[in-house]
Amino acid sequence: MTTTNPSVARAHEDGRRGGGRRGGRRPGDRSSSVPPYPRAPAYLTYLAGKLSGAVVSLLAVLVTGFFLFRIVPGDPVAAMTRGMPTSAEQLATLRRQFGLDLPVWRQFTDYCGRALTGDLGTSYQFRQPVGELIAQRLPATLLLTGVAVVLYSALGLWLGTRSAWRHGGLGDRLNTGLALTLWSVPSFWLGLLLIIVFSVGVGPVPGLFPTGGMSSGTTTGPAQVLDVAHHMVLPVLTLVAVGYAQTLLVTRASLLDEMGGDYLVTARAKGLRDDLVRRRHAVPNALLPTVTMVFINLGHVAAGSILVETVFSWPGLGGLFYQALSVPDLPLVQGLFMVFAGAMIVMNLLADLAYPLLDPRVGR
Amino acid sequence: MTGAYAEGAAGPRKTEASGPLLAATGLRVTFPGRRGGPEVRAVDGVELAIGTGEIVALVGESGCGKSTLARALLGLLTPSAGSVAFAGEPLAYRARALRAYRRRVQLVLQDPSGSLNPRHTVYDAVAEGLRVHGVPGGRDERTAVARALARAGLRPPERFFGRYPHELSGGQRQRVVIAGALVLEPELIVADEPVASLDASVRGEILALLLRLRDELGLAALVVTHDLGLAWNIADRVAVMYLGRIVETGTVEEVLSAPRHPYTRALLSVLPGGGAEPVVLTGEPPDPARVPDGCRFHVRCPVLASGEAERAGVADACRTRDPAVLPAHGRDAACHWAAAAGREPDGRDGG
Repeated sequence: MTTTNPSVARAHEDGRRGGGRRGGRRPGDRSSSVPPYPRAPAYLTYLAGKLSGAVVSLLAVLVTGFFLFRIVPGDPVAAMTRGMPTSAEQLATLRRQFGLDLPVWRQFTDYCGRALTGDLGTSYQFRQPVGELIAQRLPATLLLTGVAVVLYSALGLWLGTRSAWRHGGLGDRLNTGLALTLWSVPSFWLGLLLIIVFSVGVGPVPGLFPTGGMSSGTTTGPAQVLDVAHHMVLPVLTLVAVGYAQTLLVTRASLLDEMGGDYLVTARAKGLRDDLVRRRHAVPNALLPTVTMVFINLGHVAAGSILVETVFSWPGLGGLFYQALSVPDLPLVQGLFMVFAGAMIVMNLLADLAYPLLDPRVGR
Repeated sequence: MTGAYAEGAAGPRKTEASGPLLAATGLRVTFPGRRGGPEVRAVDGVELAIGTGEIVALVGESGCGKSTLARALLGLLTPSAGSVAFAGEPLAYRARALRAYRRRVQLVLQDPSGSLNPRHTVYDAVAEGLRVHGVPGGRDERTAVARALARAGLRPPERFFGRYPHELSGGQRQRVVIAGALVLEPELIVADEPVASLDASVRGEILALLLRLRDELGLAALVVTHDLGLAWNIADRVAVMYLGRIVETGTVEEVLSAPRHPYTRALLSVLPGGGAEPVVLTGEPPDPARVPDGCRFHVRCPVLASGEAERAGVADACRTRDPAVLPAHGRDAACHWAAAAGREPDGRDGG
C-alpha cells in the first residue's frame, strides 16, 4: 500500500506537464495560484488516489475473508456439538439456522449484502451479534497494544538515533545485538518465561505480577486503574521487548543513510552545532520510513497480539480471534478479519496522507 | 565590501594585503588504517596559501586527497600535524573559535542536490547561516536572504523563497547553495568541484558568477577540481596535488603552459586539442595507505620508466629521496628530474 516512489515520480510528472489533464476541467485553477504555492490541486489528486486505493483494498479484504475461512478445515456445527448427544435432525436445524445449508454462492451474496450495510452477522458460539462482541473486546486490546506500540516506537526511535549517531561503537553493537536477540524470541515463549519468573516466582524472586487477565474485578475507581496497570506490566513488557527492534533498526538504517548527506556537511560548515545538525537536519529526514512503520504498527493495534493475549488470558480481540478460529465461528472470524484488515488499511491511508506534510517531494 | 561587517563577533579583523588570507603549513591528515593496516596519509605535508581576492585551483585525480585537504582547511577535519592559519591567526579547533571562523569561510559542495536539505525551502537553506551567526550589517533576515539570492543570480529573489530544491534546476540549486554561502558575506569560499555535476552551459554561468563575485566583492576562493580546463578558465594560481602532496605550483600560465612535473604533463597531455601525444600513466594506482618511498610518483613516472631520469643522473634520487615539500608561494615542482633539467642550459622549460 505504501507506494511512495511511484507517487513521487507521478508528482514530478504532473508538475512538469503543468497539471494538464486536470487543468482542462478547472481552467482558472492553475493560473490563479501562481508560485510559490500551487499545491492544492495536486494534493487533492493525491488524496483521491489514495482514498480510492483504500476502498478497493477493503473490498478485496471483504471477498478474501469469505473464501479464506471456507478453506480452513473444520465443520462449525460438528465442533460446537462435540461431546453432546445430538441427533441428525438437530444438526440439520443448526445448519439451517446458520445458513450453512445454502449453496456457497448464496452464502456469499448474503454475506456481502449484509457486510455492506454494516451487519457482520451473529456469532455461532456466543449467539451474539459480531459487531457487539467486537465492540466489547476492542477497548482491552486498544489499551494493551496501544500502550505497547507507543512505548516500543519511542524506545526504538531513541535507541536507533543514538545507535546511528555513534555507529560502530560499543553502545551501538550492544544495542542492536540485544534488540535482534529479543526480536528473534517467540513472544509466547518470552511471555511464559516472564509468567514463570515474575508471576509464579522462581527461587528468591516472589510472584510480583498476576498471571493473566485484565483486572482482579474487586476494585473500583483509582484503585482499579492501578490494578489494570498491574495486570498490564508483563504483557506490555513482552510486546515491547519483542517489538522495539524493528523501529530501532529502521530508524538506525535510515539515519545512517542520511548521515552521508552533503547537506549535513554544509550545515556543519556553516557553524551549526553537532546536536543541532542532528536534530534539525538528519533526524527529521530520516524519520519518514519510521513514521510509515509507526502507522503500520498502529494498524496492528486493533488486531492485538493473538499469541500474547492468549498467553496472558487478556480479554481482547486477539484472544477472541483465537477462540473463533478454533470452531471455526465463521461470522466472527470474518468480522474480525474485516476489522483487523480495515484498521491496517486506514492507518496506511493516514500514513500516506501524512507523508506530503512531512516531505515536500511527495504528492505535489 | 569588508565594511559591511558591522558586528565584530569574529574579533579584530585583519584585512590588510600583507600575508595570505588562508595559509596551510606542514598540513597532514591521516586516518587509521582499515583492519589494522597501515594508516592512510590522505594529506601528507602541504603548504598552501590563498591571498585576498585570489582564486586558487587545487587540481588532481580522484582520491589524491584534495577534498580531504579542503575539509581540513575548513576545520571540518582536525589535522594530525601542521596548522591552518586564517588572516594570520592559527585555527583553533574549539567549538567557539570554529564558529567564528565559519562565519568568514564558506563551503560550496559538488552536488547541489545533495548539499541542500530536501525538506527545507530555498529561504530556509539560505537563512541557515544567518540563524547560526546573526545577520551581518544589522539588516533584517529577509533583506539579507533576498540580497544573497539576487547576487547569486536568482532574480527576483522573492519568487524563490518558498520553493523546494526538487522544484529547481541543477544550476538554480547550485546558485541557492552559493547564495547560502554568500549570505554571511564571507572572505573566502572553498568550492569542492562546484560545477562537476552541472551541464556545460550551466557550468559556464556558475564559473562566471564566481569570477564576478571575486571582482565585485573581493572574494577569495579555493576551487577543488579534477578539470584542468576549469582551472585555466577561473584560477589565478594552480596547485597540482598527487597522493597527498602538492607536486607543482605556480600561476595558471606557468603551470598549464609550461608544466615541469611529469604528472602535470601527463594530466595536460590527455586534454583534447593539446596536440602532444597523450601520456597514459601505468603502474599501480596510488594508494594513500602505501605511499612509495622516494618520490611518491616514481612508480608511475614516465620519465623514470623511459630512462630519461637515468640520463639526467637522478634515477637513484627518484627511487630513494622524497623531494622537499614545496613552499606555499612561487613557482616550483617537486621533481628531481625537473630540478636537474632546469639547471641544464637546454632545459625544456625555461622555468
